[in-house]
Amino acid sequence: MTDTTAHGHTSSTGISNVKLGMWTFLGSECLLFGGLISTYMLYRGRVTGGPRPSQIFDIPFTSVSSFVLLMSSLTMVLAVSAAHKGEDRKTNLWLTVTALLGATFVGGQVYEFTAFYNEGLGFSTSLFGSSFYTLTGFHGVHVTVGIIMLMSLVGIFKRSEVPGKKAEVVEMIGLYWHFVDIVWIIIFTLVYLIPV
Amino acid sequence: MAIIEREIEVMAPMVATPTSTYGVLKRPVAATGWRAWVFTVDHKKLGLMYGVTAMFFFIVGGVEALLIRLQLAAPNGKVLNADLYNQMFTMHATTMVFLFVMPMAAGFANYFIPLQIGARDVAFPRMNALGFWMFLFGGIFINLSWFIGGAADGGWFMYAPNSGPVFSPTHGIDFWAFGLQITGIASLTGAINLIVTVLNMRAPGMTLMKMPIFTWMMTVVQFLLLFAVPVITVALFLLSFQRNFGARFFDVAAGADPLLWQHLFWIFGHPEVYILVLPSFGIVSEVLPVFSRKPLFGYPFVVFSGAAIGFVGWGVWAHHMFASGLGPVSVAVFSLTTMAIAVPTGVKIINWILTMWGGKLVFSTAMKFSIGLIVLFTVGGLSGVTHSVAPSDTQQTDTYYIVAHFHYVLFGGGVLGIFSGLYYWWPKMFGKMLNERLGNWNFWLMVIGMNLTFGPMHILGLQGQPRRMYQFTEARSGEGLFNFAFWNLVASIGSFVLTIGILLFLINVVITARNPTKSPLDPWNSRSLEWMTSNPPKEHNFDVIPTVHHLDEFFHRKYEEDPATHTMRQIATAEEIMAEQERNADAHIHMPSPSYWPIVLAFGLPVITFGMIFSHLIAVFGAVIVFFAAFGWALEPSTAPASDFETNNSAPSTALDTVGKS
Amino acid sequence: MTSETTHIATSAEHSENHGMSDAGYIRIAAILAAITALEVSTVYVDFGPLFLPALLIMMVVKFIMVVSYFMHLKFDNKLFSLMFYAGLVLAVGVYAAFLATFKFFIQ
Ligand code: HEM
Ligand SMILES: [Cu+2]
Repeated sequence: MTDTTAHGHTSSTGISNVKLGMWTFLGSECLLFGGLISTYMLYRGRVTGGPRPSQIFDIPFTSVSSFVLLMSSLTMVLAVSAAHKGEDRKTNLWLTVTALLGATFVGGQVYEFTAFYNEGLGFSTSLFGSSFYTLTGFHGVHVTVGIIMLMSLVGIFKRSEVPGKKAEVVEMIGLYWHFVDIVWIIIFTLVYLIPV
Repeated sequence: MAIIEREIEVMAPMVATPTSTYGVLKRPVAATGWRAWVFTVDHKKLGLMYGVTAMFFFIVGGVEALLIRLQLAAPNGKVLNADLYNQMFTMHATTMVFLFVMPMAAGFANYFIPLQIGARDVAFPRMNALGFWMFLFGGIFINLSWFIGGAADGGWFMYAPNSGPVFSPTHGIDFWAFGLQITGIASLTGAINLIVTVLNMRAPGMTLMKMPIFTWMMTVVQFLLLFAVPVITVALFLLSFQRNFGARFFDVAAGADPLLWQHLFWIFGHPEVYILVLPSFGIVSEVLPVFSRKPLFGYPFVVFSGAAIGFVGWGVWAHHMFASGLGPVSVAVFSLTTMAIAVPTGVKIINWILTMWGGKLVFSTAMKFSIGLIVLFTVGGLSGVTHSVAPSDTQQTDTYYIVAHFHYVLFGGGVLGIFSGLYYWWPKMFGKMLNERLGNWNFWLMVIGMNLTFGPMHILGLQGQPRRMYQFTEARSGEGLFNFAFWNLVASIGSFVLTIGILLFLINVVITARNPTKSPLDPWNSRSLEWMTSNPPKEHNFDVIPTVHHLDEFFHRKYEEDPATHTMRQIATAEEIMAEQERNADAHIHMPSPSYWPIVLAFGLPVITFGMIFSHLIAVFGAVIVFFAAFGWALEPSTAPASDFETNNSAPSTALDTVGKS
Repeated sequence: MTSETTHIATSAEHSENHGMSDAGYIRIAAILAAITALEVSTVYVDFGPLFLPALLIMMVVKFIMVVSYFMHLKFDNKLFSLMFYAGLVLAVGVYAAFLATFKFFIQ
């Protein structure tokens, strides 16, 4: 053992630090979204003024945007799969599609928020309003961060400057992206489909 | 923990120093001077920086405590007015909990976990630096409020409706909430980092059950942080959104439930108290065996009871809310779970006592602090059990009895353990031993002072003195000699004795720094891996990564059991073991390279939160800083590529990123 | 042997272990889409007493499918599952107890 790296040995488990760190982070995120969802569940029926959930939710519209987000998980996983095979062009293509689908979802959310606002549901209108916008807004910010990461990745790949193993970077962003998607799976059911 | 006295070490020749740079900005390459600290990603330097900063905040929190005690020393105190008093106890607690004990523990963890598991650094060195800077900037941010209209004043658990703009119109609570948000992210990154480090970077042969006990307890703490911090994050966001953006979360007029905050706070808050004491439990579990000349009694029990505390700690939070009208079922359930959690804690105490039992005790200062912890924490634990009984708690809650209880556990448990660790590991960190005679005074003054301060508070509480009371009148101080006024005076005198004790520590640090005498390599005849390096350790920690065969590996390299007499007999000295290591040193060790980005990114966050309070334009500016720093970070490899190193090495450059990246 | 070669070996093994082809992913996505359609239909078709349990079960199934297949948790090192499910189970447990103290489930 003369010419070794700083470790001189592989990791104790043989798995990558980054990936383990990512899953650890996602475990922590469960408690973050759990808290926001619980707050919403507690407060969703408390409306002292302004509209009630059932009066403003547009289920067909939200179903479509949920579907879009769900499909972005498919394109993401295809990007990861292409990256593992070393197919750069395909990776870039699927990453771009994923970002576009994500942007569609966020666009839909912006539209939805505007519509709700016009129908009288402001952030301060009621407990329902505060907790609804907080929960879905947090989720929207997570999606937006994901989009930025995806687009940066595409840009960086073009100049092929990314440090570290390329496939692993794609995989990590993929994990994050899927997590945001599963959070929405829960929000869609608990917030939109189950009436108060 | 003065930095001044630590000589800037000359890098060992086999560590390659990067000469050129890569990334968006040029990489910082200074190995000496202030830049070697500000841009460092070395876990030991960061550990020391955590320690120094925490010590500074300990003094701040201590001064706040003294002002409180001055105010209450006699009837009709005039030192603080009611408003300032509210700010004082709120900030005292916030500072002690979030800016002293937690970062001090983070400092110990940072410094010693990689050493104890035989690693050369943590898994994500840059993220480690980021964590420190976020903690520092977050702490400064919270305290800025003193100069901008007044500090937070809702008590450290900041219940609604006191936390609302009606009862707290200054920006104090805004600073408090955003600042804790930042230090919270710091804890979270630290937790992820250390968990991955412990799970993935142990030296060959070190199974989980051969891990030093301090590392074990710190790992439990990191899991608690990992899962508890997001809960307070949610709570703090709700609070900030209410105060800064008009949300209604705690607005009873809108139908809100003020208990929402209480629940979220204590779901975080109870694990938090274990976050505060388990590090000290870990330290004590290292110190007692060394100075009893015996292995830790029942290592697996100590490990599993630590894990059990971490686990059951999630199911007891509502014992902080017995008086809030939870309803009989909740009260009964939480009362029972709380009694249950005393069991694993008791297991630990028994293990410590049995470790000392029959040992050849060496009463060094570190050992005294550890024994002090066992005694005083037990006192606090017992008063804790008295309020697990809900009816008796109804009597005690919000009185000085509670103040007495949690200072016995936090000061008697947390702080004494920290001091034990400082005395024990000082030679490791600085290559010099703290003066033991001064240490003796330090210890006794602290213990006497602490009992004088907090002991009478039990009586005061049972006599009915309410917590957070800013003044008492002559008429209310009662009859006879041993009245309110008397015990309050005793407590105040005690707090000054305590202060002298702590000052002696600082004096000891200065004296030690001036004293040229170096510490021996293994001054305490220690047992775990961190002592198998030089004092202070080289930048790359170990010349050779040790292969581990035993719990207490270092001890087993020094001693062997004599089969005839069943006693341990020395087979090697620490010096011999070190010399052996140096002979076989690994060539070409690449350590992660310093980086500008952690401090830049961390600086962006308080700019954002400052903007949230005052002007959204500033927030946008902060966001831009964070954005660019994140890009710089992502584009920069965590270890400079091979071409950047003086010693050209033949290994493929892709092999260099194994130290860790982030 | 440098650590890099070991790493390549493990990651090669890892990619065979994915157990999923692109076609497999598309199949999973199709199932997810079908479940989503079924979920949405509950708004329009009366499921009676099955309404709530059906929705919750579908939610959980979708969740687990994404986690297991798209996120590879099913095929990956068990340590990842441990980290993630520890957080998830803790979150569900703690927040369920939290809502229970508000008598959320017995309205
Ligand atoms: C340096 C010696 C210390 C002294 C003299 C001291 C004194 C006090 C006093 C008198 C109070 C009660 C204020 C009131 O209720 O009106 C208080 C509150 C408190 N202290 Fe300390 N303390 C010390 C150290 C610590 C440490 C080390 C910690 C934690 C690690 C701590 C945590 C707290 C907390 C959490 C509160 C409750 C504040 C509140 O009611 O919101 N203290 N302290
Ligand atoms: Cu508690």
